Amino acid sequence: MQNPQLTEDSELKHLLSIEGLPKRILNQILDTAESFVGVAEREVKKVPLLRGKTVCNLFFENSTRTRTTFEIAAKRLSADVITLNVSTSSQAKGETILDTIDNLTAMHADMFVVRHAQSGAAHMIAKHVAPHISVINAGDGRHAHPTQGLLDVFTIRKYKPEMHNLRVAIVGDVLHSRVARSEIHALTTLGVPEVRVIAPKTLLPQDVEKLGVHVYHDMNEGLKDVDVVMMLRLQNERMAGAMLPSAQEYFKTYGLTAEKLAQAKPDAIVMHPGPMNRGVEIDSAVADGSQSVILPQVTYGIAVRMAVMSILAGN
Amino acid sequence: MKIHIKNGHLIDPKNGIDAKQDIYIAAGKIAGIGKAPEGFVANQTIDATNLVIIPGLVDLSARLREPGFEHKATLESEMLAAAAGGITSLACPPDTDPVLDEPGLVEMLKHRAKQFNQAHVYPLGALTNQLAGKEITEMCELSEAGCVGFSQADVAIKDTQVLWRAMQYAATFGFTVWLRPEEPYLAKDGVAHDGEVAARLGLKGIPAAAETLAIASILRIAKETGAKVHLCRLSTSEGVEMVRAAKKAGQQVTCDVSANHLHLTDFDIGYFDANTHLKPPARSQRDKTALTNGLADGTIDAICSDHTPVDDDAKLYPFAEAEAGATGLELLLPLTLKWAEDNKLKLSDAIKHITQAPANILGVAAGNLSVNASADICVFDPKQYWKIEAKALLSQGKNTPFLGLELAGKVKYTLVNGHVVHG
Amino acid sequence: MNLPNAETLFETLAERIKPLIKANTAVVGIHSGGAWLAERLLPILCKVQGGENLAQGILDVSFYRDDFHERGLHSETKPSQIPFDVQDKNIILIDDVFYTGRTIRAAMNELFDYGRPASITLAVLVNRGGRELPIAPQISAFDTELAESQNLQLLRHENGTFYFTLEENT
Repeated sequence: MQNPQLTEDSELKHLLSIEGLPKRILNQILDTAESFVGVAEREVKKVPLLRGKTVCNLFFENSTRTRTTFEIAAKRLSADVITLNVSTSSQAKGETILDTIDNLTAMHADMFVVRHAQSGAAHMIAKHVAPHISVINAGDGRHAHPTQGLLDVFTIRKYKPEMHNLRVAIVGDVLHSRVARSEIHALTTLGVPEVRVIAPKTLLPQDVEKLGVHVYHDMNEGLKDVDVVMMLRLQNERMAGAMLPSAQEYFKTYGLTAEKLAQAKPDAIVMHPGPMNRGVEIDSAVADGSQSVILPQVTYGIAVRMAVMSILAGN
Repeated sequence: MKIHIKNGHLIDPKNGIDAKQDIYIAAGKIAGIGKAPEGFVANQTIDATNLVIIPGLVDLSARLREPGFEHKATLESEMLAAAAGGITSLACPPDTDPVLDEPGLVEMLKHRAKQFNQAHVYPLGALTNQLAGKEITEMCELSEAGCVGFSQADVAIKDTQVLWRAMQYAATFGFTVWLRPEEPYLAKDGVAHDGEVAARLGLKGIPAAAETLAIASILRIAKETGAKVHLCRLSTSEGVEMVRAAKKAGQQVTCDVSANHLHLTDFDIGYFDANTHLKPPARSQRDKTALTNGLADGTIDAICSDHTPVDDDAKLYPFAEAEAGATGLELLLPLTLKWAEDNKLKLSDAIKHITQAPANILGVAAGNLSVNASADICVFDPKQYWKIEAKALLSQGKNTPFLGLELAGKVKYTLVNGHVVHG
Repeated sequence: MNLPNAETLFETLAERIKPLIKANTAVVGIHSGGAWLAERLLPILCKVQGGENLAQGILDVSFYRDDFHERGLHSETKPSQIPFDVQDKNIILIDDVFYTGRTIRAAMNELFDYGRPASITLAVLVNRGGRELPIAPQISAFDTELAESQNLQLLRHENGTFYFTLEENT
């Protein structure tokens, strides 16, 4: 089956998921992002690569943070940006996703950045857009959030360049997390030898080991000697769905505190895709502490998104 | 009308025929096999050289979408599709709109279907009013109106007490209860087999246990109440195992599998192909193999099409939101043939699962070519390949996981009651 | 034609740049050939009077090329490094081979996104003729006319010494 993300010459045509991307392309994105980090530190934070192009943010699911970083990234590439917040109420479903896309294509959009509550939405859109349009998945249901996965490994690479020697732990609600899935694929593709997931059984997908991870239910054991701790956000619905008893018990067993962090290597870094639930999955002191690289993640997020857009626009 | 079909290869599992035999039809019935009956002069001769003649297919589940869902399909188009698929008898589930829980609705459906003079339509009545799982339906009245069994379609009964009493009542009169085994709470909002593929794709899974737990309950209640049960659309290897054990212990239970599930696994979802969104979901390779083995050793009795046409737009949504189901009337035969070939099975054994066996389950005189049986016949070319595409399908439903594939098995003639309805 | 000796030309280039060195000057090499040249020029130029605080930088012009839409992003973009304040600086822009002038246009566009320089002086090892824009080097160590089918490249031995290759494209 032809990978819908790649052209016939195996160059990037859409960014829909990290799964299925060759290592060469992951590295191309990360290396290009290096150049964009410097742009943010200049007086004029723009480069002319996407001048004259229109990037359309299609957010069927709300998100201020991700939408803003994509907007900033597109503008720094000198693109024109349209943002559409499409409500997912059942009335709005009257205009189908594909109708919305057709309308936007008629308005000369060159690139769509799409976020949707359903897994597979970005794939569906990519299948139906006109041939010159690129689609970037900004998060589809539980399936993938490739730019987040990319900026996470970019961050890891900055602090821990020896990727072939790392132990990485992903902690939290892996079952519902598109970020976790993208992170797992990015880490395994780039050759990180040990990727661990730490969570209660109710928050892990069936057959998760088949994704190439080691499963831990005990956080202290799972964090032993890791170099990178990647925390995931916990959503309130999990208590309502009988997957967890309470936020308090979750914090006690799976929340990252200084004490638990001490199990990891002394120079381990702490990451979180945001927004954080302080006191639920992570202790404030750790989030703001010396091992946290949560703020740099945000900066790198813009550079990585600029890299993705540039590569797509040029292919 | 006297018809002589000559030079064809006849396969009739019930009567053990698998040889070159002519067949003679008169007054809507089979008048003779092999040798012309005395004084027979044909009005019409069909040359079936290189073709195979089998009993008209009996399909245990075909949603004709009338009444109520005419935007998805109509009786007119679907009856033509059935004929094109070589299907001469079919059972339709009660999940129409309104639900088939009133004798008047059943009579109207039967009447309407009869007017087309095509396949015999055997409606399944609803087991509970509105399929709501609270009150039992007037099963005797419905049976009199023409229902051959009682079903909940895809709507599981949550209240075990109601399920028990519904089955107990059906057992009183010897009615068969048709249930698709799926525990509703475990299956809620699930769209794919709960396993590696669902984990990767971020789709909510339906665990195999949803089916096995339901089979366990249903079989137990059937045993205690004495109800005859037909389990619809098995999908798990453990499920097959449970039916095998029940049959071995002498319990009266039958079951079927959808032709789709003999060919698909969860890997076929690929890049979120909405055409593979089915109920039950296609499961693992191991489950698929178990379904084949189940048919081979008689645990599973029949293969059905599970024909579920949807309108064009209904699949143009992200996987979980796309409507579940696949069109199937015209694919039942070619998919069965492919399954037989892939698994190196005898053609006559495979044909049994779509003719004699389903006819037995329905309790109707069909699925065989005995002399004096109704002349319901399918004549097909086993070597003719055709491409599964929208324009090749007569059904209004163009949604199938097999779109774009070329399959062997083209129906050349279909006869119902001795007259040609297709070809 | 006979390929000139790259090392000899390098000496010539250094001599011609020396008079330009004064206070508030920076040497910026265009990746990759210009950057190599700048790297070897810097210790020489620092010794010139006025060159004590000579600033240095590297420009990768990938994001400013005018052929992005035809050719996409170069597979090996490297970060530009301009660690000094461009504002009011006298910049000596160094490149190996001057041809159409488009690379220099891109380099100037990029430099101006860092700030407003006081002046830019373009110094190249070889001017091979064939410019397509009204841009020209103020300093070149060697001038010649090459055909469109010819491709002149500056390369570097492992020990850091320079040499040219000239390819004929059919």
